[in-house]
Amino acid sequence: MRIVLAYLIGVIFGTGIVMGGMANPAKVLNFFDFAGSWDPSLLLVMAGALGVTLVGYGIVLPRPRPLLAPAFSLPATTAIDLRLVGGSALFGIGWGLAGFCPGGALPALGLFEPAVYLFLAAMMAGMVLARALSDRLSHGAARPFG
Amino acid sequence: METAFTPLQSFSGGLLIGLSAVLLMAFLGRIMGATGIVAGLIFPASLSDWAWRAALVAGMATGPLVWLAVTGRWPEMQVPVDPGTLIIGGVLVGIGVSFGGGCTSGHGICGLARLSPRSLVAVLTFMATAALTVYMVRHGAGR
Repeated sequence: MRIVLAYLIGVIFGTGIVMGGMANPAKVLNFFDFAGSWDPSLLLVMAGALGVTLVGYGIVLPRPRPLLAPAFSLPATTAIDLRLVGGSALFGIGWGLAGFCPGGALPALGLFEPAVYLFLAAMMAGMVLARALSDRLSHGAARPFG
Repeated sequence: METAFTPLQSFSGGLLIGLSAVLLMAFLGRIMGATGIVAGLIFPASLSDWAWRAALVAGMATGPLVWLAVTGRWPEMQVPVDPGTLIIGGVLVGIGVSFGGGCTSGHGICGLARLSPRSLVAVLTFMATAALTVYMVRHGAGR
């Protein structure tokens, strides 16, 4: 049941990403190209997604628990620190270079384009590297991903 | 390379993304964050935890096929960068979202919807560096 639902929810997300243009690096990069071929479409993706989630979370989160899990798993971290800002800054640079973000690239897997696989392989290598680096830097302290 | 402004289609896509985030929270109690979902696939906590994440990603990858079935054509995708840039960008994205604890979906949609100050800082930061990077690559010195 959980597996089938997760799959269907993934289909909705993937269709939304593709429809919105988030799986198309040319469109994503143009969103950031204010000085050139600016395409504001992604602003509308964010507006639509944020609007629905804001209202939907307002209805769902006050409930005692999710329908198919014992509790809501919400990030416990609230720290605004160098890790957050530095990590986000690096992410933005990578996003501006490649034109893919993680949520844009996963649905693009279904397009069977080698560029997507190359990006995702590099991204996962980066995640493994970050985990190793993080373990070395902070012996036992909070790991990334909460 | 010019791309067409698609306000209605992009807004509708956004509505679907939002719907999926709300449903994932309502049923499984999870944040719809691509970073966390992939991290849980690479570093599995348990088989059942791995399974719903794999199913979710499989569903995501079905998105283009749904689009093909409905509209009769593949979704548009142009990659205006060379493979080397894709690899460097990919590694930076992987490291960045790990330390930053999220990406466009986790911080940008779910975090902002929870009114998290941490997510707001993350979003403003990665939007700014992405725009700056595109500016440097396309309009920087020597271009």
